[in-house]
Amino acid sequence: MGKTTAEKIFASHLVDEPFAGTKVLRIDVVMCHEITTPIAIADLMERGKDRVFDGSHIKAVIDHVTPSKDSKTATQAKILRDWAHRHAIKDFFDVGANGVCHALFPEKGFIHPGYTVIMGDSHTCTHGAFGAFSAGVGTTDLEVGILKGVCAFREPKTIRFNLNGTLQKGVYAKDVILHIIGQIGVNGATDRVMEFRGPVVDAMTMESRMTLCNMAIEAGGTSGICMPDMTTVDFLWEFIRDEYATKEAALAAFSRWRSDDDAEYDKVIDIDISALAPVVTFGYKPDQVKTVGELAGTPIDQVYLGSCTNGRLEDLRIAARILSGKKLAPGVRGILSPATPKIYKDAMNEGLIDIFMDAGFCVTNPTCGACLGMSNGVLADGETCASTTNRNFMGRMGKGGMVHLMSPATSAATAIEGKIADPRKYL
Amino acid sequence: MKTFGGPVLFLDRSDINTDEIIPAKYLTEITKQDLKPYILEDLKLPGFDPKGEKTKAARVIVSRANFGCGSSREHAPWVFEVNGITAVIAESFARIFRQNMFNCGMAAIELPKEQLDLLFSHAGNADAAISIDIEAQTLTASGGGKQKVFTFDISPFDKALVLAGGWVDYADSKY
Ligand code: SF4
Repeated sequence: MGKTTAEKIFASHLVDEPFAGTKVLRIDVVMCHEITTPIAIADLMERGKDRVFDGSHIKAVIDHVTPSKDSKTATQAKILRDWAHRHAIKDFFDVGANGVCHALFPEKGFIHPGYTVIMGDSHTCTHGAFGAFSAGVGTTDLEVGILKGVCAFREPKTIRFNLNGTLQKGVYAKDVILHIIGQIGVNGATDRVMEFRGPVVDAMTMESRMTLCNMAIEAGGTSGICMPDMTTVDFLWEFIRDEYATKEAALAAFSRWRSDDDAEYDKVIDIDISALAPVVTFGYKPDQVKTVGELAGTPIDQVYLGSCTNGRLEDLRIAARILSGKKLAPGVRGILSPATPKIYKDAMNEGLIDIFMDAGFCVTNPTCGACLGMSNGVLADGETCASTTNRNFMGRMGKGGMVHLMSPATSAATAIEGKIADPRKYL
Repeated sequence: MKTFGGPVLFLDRSDINTDEIIPAKYLTEITKQDLKPYILEDLKLPGFDPKGEKTKAARVIVSRANFGCGSSREHAPWVFEVNGITAVIAESFARIFRQNMFNCGMAAIELPKEQLDLLFSHAGNADAAISIDIEAQTLTASGGGKQKVFTFDISPFDKALVLAGGWVDYADSKY
C-alpha cells in the first residue's frame, strides 16, 4: 500500500516510538520568534540546559512587535537576540532584515520538500506548501526542539482535498481556504494533515499555496501540504542549484515526497472551485463565511493588508491593481504591511508602494503588527476591520473590534468603497 | 505528582480559543505568574465573570468541543496553572493546546458528549467538584449530594508526561 507525503516524512524522520501511536521525529528546521521563544530560553537557562542541538538548523526572527514598542517587547527582543548571538545562530533576523516569519523563512529558501519543521507559532502549517510536514507547537515542544532537535507527534491522518475546476476572476487562494474552512468547520481537520491537490493547486504559485496552507490551523489541521512540483523547484532553484545538475534532477528528487497514487486517506473531499465567488467572514470564528455579495455594504473603519497569510508580493500586486488611481473612502484608514523587506523593496521598485500611498494608505515596516492586536493598527472598541489576515477571534486585532477576513482583492475594493465590496467589478 | 481536582468552572460553549483564554497583548509578560490576573479575560459567556469567585476557586474546567483552538501559545495552559487549574475536561481539544497541557504535566481529558452532559448537569450545584486519578484513568464528579465515577482514555505517552511532570526532562534524558 502506498503512503501519503506525511507518512513518508514520518517514516524517514522517525527517531523513536516510545509508546504505540507516539512518534518522535528528527526536526530539520526549528524556527523561533520573540513572543514564544524567550520564555523557552528562560526556562532552559533555569534548568541549566542553555544549549542548542545544532545552530545551523535553527532560524530566528524578531517579527511580532518590531521595532520594539515598549520596554517589555524590547526585553523579549533582547532575550532572543542575545541567545542567537550566544549560540552563533547564523540565520537570525533583526530590525532592518526582519519580516513575518512564515513569509521570511520560505523566501530565504529554508524549507524544502520532505522536511520536518516546527515553530512556537500556530501558522507554521504554512510551510507545508513546499511538501514539508510543518507544525505549530507550544513553548515546551519548542524548548525540546531547540535542545534536542526532536518533537513528538501522534501520526496524523491525512484528509485529501481535490480542488477541481478553475478559479474565476476575482477569486484567490484566500477565498478557497476560507470556503473550505466554512465547509468543514473550525475543528474539521483536528489532528489531521490537510493535503491540497488537484488542478487548482497545480496552477497556483508558491505564494498562493502558502496562503492555502497558512490557514489549515483555522480548521484545526496539524499541517497543510501541497505536492512538490516544478513550481516548487522554480521557487527554490536559486538555493539548490549547487545540489542538482538540472531542474529536472531536482524535480525527480523532490517527487519522491509526493503521496503515492494508492495512498490511503482518512477522507477525500472533492470540491469544484469553478462556481466559487469571493468570500468574507462575518463572525468571531474563521468558519463563519459568506459570499461577498451577502455581506456587501457592511461598513468598515480600517483596511489591513499584510500578515503571513496575504502580505506577499503577489498579494500587493493584486490589491494595487484595484487601487491604482483610486482613493480610500473618506473616513477609512488603510494600513499596508509588506511581509518582508524584500517584498517591500520589490513593491517599491514596481511602483506598488506609490499606488498604496497615493490611495492614502499608511505603509508600515514588515511586522505582524495589528494581525494579533499588538501594534501598528490596533482597533478601538466597536471598530470594524477588513483584513487579509487569518484570525477573526473576538479581541484579536483589539478589544471589542470586529475583523472580516478576506482576500487582498476584496480588501482593496472594500478600501475604495468604505464598505465590504465585490472586487470583480474592479477587475 | 500533582493532584488534579477540586471545584469546577463550567464553560458551556464549543471552540473556546486561546485568544479568549489569554489575549495576545499579554504575551509580552516574561514570567508565568504575571499572566495570573488575565485568565479568560476576553471570554464572553452568560453568567461568566473572569474575575468572579467561581473562577478564583476553580481547579478544573469543564467545557465542550474543540477547546483551546487558535494560537499555539503555551500561555494558555500557564494562565490556568498559575490560577490553580491543572485539568481541563472537554469533548475534544485543539491539538497544540492538548499537547501543551501534557507537556506542562497538566491534564487535558476527553469525554464523550453524553458523559459531558452529565457533568454539566452539576453546573447548578455550588459544591460541584471533580477529582481525577490519572493512574487509574478515572474521574469522580460530585455535587448536590450525588457522586458519579467516569473512566477516560489517555494515550500512554501523555500519561507518562503527566507522571514525569513534563516533556523537557523526559526528552533530555532520552534523546
Ligand atoms: S502575521 Fe499574524 S498570524 Fe502570521 S505569524 Fe504574525 S501574528 Fe501570527
